[in-house]
Amino acid sequence: MSADLVVVGAGVVGAASAYFAALAGLRVVVVERGAIAGGTSSAGEGNLLVSDKEPGPELDLALYSQRIWRDDLAEHGHLWEFESKGGLVVAASEGSVAALRGLAVHQRRAGVEVHDVGRAGLRDYEPHLDGLLAGGAFYPQDAQVQPMLVAAHLLRLARERGAQVRTRTEVTGFLRDGARVTGVRTPGGDVAAGAVLNAAGTWAGDVAGLAGVRVPVLPRRGFILVTQPMPPGTIRHKVYAAEYVGDVASSDAALQTSPVVEATAGGTILIGASRERVGFDRTMSVPAVATLAAKAIALFPMLRDVRAMRTYLGFRPYCPDHLPVIGPDPRAPGLWHACGHEGAGIGLSVGTGKLISQALTGAATDLDLTPFAPDRFAHEEAVA
Amino acid sequence: MPHTTDVVVVGAGPAGLAAAVTAAEAGLGVALVDTAAQPGGQYWRHYDPAHARPGDHVGHHGWRVFTGLRDRLDALRADGRVRHLPGRQVWLVTREPEGTFTLRTTATVTAAPEGQPDDAERTLSARALVLCPGGYDRQLPVPGWDLPGVLTAGGVQALLKGHRTPAGRRAVVAGTGPFLLPVATGLARAGVTVAAVVEANGTLGWLRDPVGATSAPGKGIEALGYAALMARHRVPYRTRTVVREVLGADRVEAVRVARVDRDGRPTGPEEEIAADLVAFGWGFTPSLELPLMLGVDTAVDTDGSLVVTVDDVQRSSVEGVYVAGEATGVGGAALAVHEGRLAALALAAARGRPADPATIRRLARAVRRGRRFATAMHRTYPVPAAWPEWLSEPTLVCRCEEVSYGDLRRAHDDLGAEDARTLKMLARPGMGWCQGRVCGFATAGIAACLRGRGSTPEDLRPLATRSLAVPVPLGELAALTEDTTPVGATDTTLEEGGPNGE
Repeated sequence: MSADLVVVGAGVVGAASAYFAALAGLRVVVVERGAIAGGTSSAGEGNLLVSDKEPGPELDLALYSQRIWRDDLAEHGHLWEFESKGGLVVAASEGSVAALRGLAVHQRRAGVEVHDVGRAGLRDYEPHLDGLLAGGAFYPQDAQVQPMLVAAHLLRLARERGAQVRTRTEVTGFLRDGARVTGVRTPGGDVAAGAVLNAAGTWAGDVAGLAGVRVPVLPRRGFILVTQPMPPGTIRHKVYAAEYVGDVASSDAALQTSPVVEATAGGTILIGASRERVGFDRTMSVPAVATLAAKAIALFPMLRDVRAMRTYLGFRPYCPDHLPVIGPDPRAPGLWHACGHEGAGIGLSVGTGKLISQALTGAATDLDLTPFAPDRFAHEEAVA
Repeated sequence: MPHTTDVVVVGAGPAGLAAAVTAAEAGLGVALVDTAAQPGGQYWRHYDPAHARPGDHVGHHGWRVFTGLRDRLDALRADGRVRHLPGRQVWLVTREPEGTFTLRTTATVTAAPEGQPDDAERTLSARALVLCPGGYDRQLPVPGWDLPGVLTAGGVQALLKGHRTPAGRRAVVAGTGPFLLPVATGLARAGVTVAAVVEANGTLGWLRDPVGATSAPGKGIEALGYAALMARHRVPYRTRTVVREVLGADRVEAVRVARVDRDGRPTGPEEEIAADLVAFGWGFTPSLELPLMLGVDTAVDTDGSLVVTVDDVQRSSVEGVYVAGEATGVGGAALAVHEGRLAALALAAARGRPADPATIRRLARAVRRGRRFATAMHRTYPVPAAWPEWLSEPTLVCRCEEVSYGDLRRAHDDLGAEDARTLKMLARPGMGWCQGRVCGFATAGIAACLRGRGSTPEDLRPLATRSLAVPVPLGELAALTEDTTPVGATDTTLEEGGPNGE
């Protein structure tokens, strides 16, 4: 069995990469050790955000992905509940509003649409917001999808273009020709390939390790609370607090939670987002979910009597510099990476997939991949 | 942190009531948490003293067992040896690093005014747990089962026992198992015409089952009583028959029934029976939220239910966690009482309290006997293997999220959902208010059937596992922010914020 490309991982990044590679005419085999979209893809909120990003390579990739979602994939949007609902960032103090305005200046220069919202205008966007907030900013480009449906449909579309998807198939090693990676080993047999793409998400470091290269992807745990279904229009946009923008530079050791509140097509309200580095610990954290509830109520007091039906948790794949790893690995020719997207992987997946397919087929890439180079951590290691 | 009690018993049905009373009498400090306002569970559901009537116990089995346990509980409460917390449910249980357990509770909708803990007592701490969460009616989807007038057999029973309310005038009681009989006779006694009891399996085979007869003689006598009542009320009892469809425009008007073979495949002509009430019972599903939160080992029982595996004194695989009653395998109230007592005595012995070893051995024997009987019953009354073939494309499987069988089939065929969890992610069964309590068993069965195999624990577990055991108001969650108890978090590395995107 041989293919042009083996994609390791059937999460949203692997699915998008498989889709664009199949679209470019490559013979693609996706291998996944569990079920489709079973890892971090099924543990997020499905956000496609530009609002939370400062100018730089990640924002460039987010804006590029916006075009893919809205143009290349426009006809499929309904399949994965694409909703261009916009994001409302709210600030509790005048100081935070000022910080928000400052960020917006830079974001606009990079191509982000931002509308300043004064204190009086907030409730035109969200009628149930607390009355004491100082102001905010509206980002019409922010959007939402149901990420498991994105992965499942992109894989279906890839299959329609000849791709194979093999679930419950774990990569146990690589086929090598000297330094070169020429395929993967699985319990179900070897698959030879011109290229292997590591899209194993939070577990991508382990897959890279099988090829003898280091990609420093680590898990960063997050919890989400899900409420009972609410009437349509209760919460209309993705709403989150600006305070974290000011917190980014902080080195406070407390549990990091930023209230992020939004409704889903199913009527439930999702409340995120917490961040902890606790390895792959799946234990429920009372402090994390209690803080999420408290901060959501601070934004929307009406949530106090609304019931949480469940919580779920996931592990963001993060790299030390908070940028994803995208592109060929010069240390193991034939091995490519598309991983480490931290909490932004759903939004960035389609841009990543299209760039990978361009690079694989030798076309010029729409974005420069240098900031995402897999071997960029070598220097940091040498120093360490 | 709250005072750490010796044992928290969760559930005041037959198992929990017996466990709490036995543990306290053996000298352990006990807290008993229960959703209902008064003890008895679903099995001994009854009126509160202010509304009781002399004849209420008619139709209740083991009523004197109940009143005996209740009187002992009342005496222990008066002595301060049992703290009874009615009208509360546990939404989270966690095991602390030092081996104790923390239980977070919230009020049920019908909270009892008496004995309500204040806000500070929402959290309980215990050195050991006896979990007796019971179970609820297992349901199978069938075309029309979402029409008004279709109830669970247990729901019909609860309306009769708890509200003296017959849910209709002309009833069909359908499904499988001996529980259909008390529901039918209870309805008949309340003046409802029972048009038919529709049993998917063979005759009352367990009456003739030698294992059943020797294992639990009381059960045989119980069944003879029902047979006599059925005869007296002229209730037709149809075996190897299932309801293929519930008919009606805005509510139930009739059912369409068909004879079936051993696997549940239709064999004969179909027939309509007029009715305004349909009570479905396909056995019971144990409530495993709390045991699963603690990570206990589970297995699939003879009746297809996911159950907690316990040793010969009701110990689960997690140290300090005892489980009794339906959660270890559906077996009825008499067995549950034995299990509750056994768990409590074994725990008392483990804590160095006086517990007669001969009594423990005798109870363990009774439990083994009861289990053999329950297994024989499950074998006699299986859910027919071919039940998913009764579904049509538009039949709703998940009523909360309005997911049809066709939606599930397409998620499997087109989108590659090869297991129950992925079906749930892509088509949303079990994602609504009930969190899969109603459709979980069916969804697991459909997932397996679509793959052409039988259900496994891996199909059932994702639909039985719940991050919150019951929905809890966000305000109550928020109130815990002052509570800094680290829960299971060792070696927690915390850091400042980064990009916020998900």
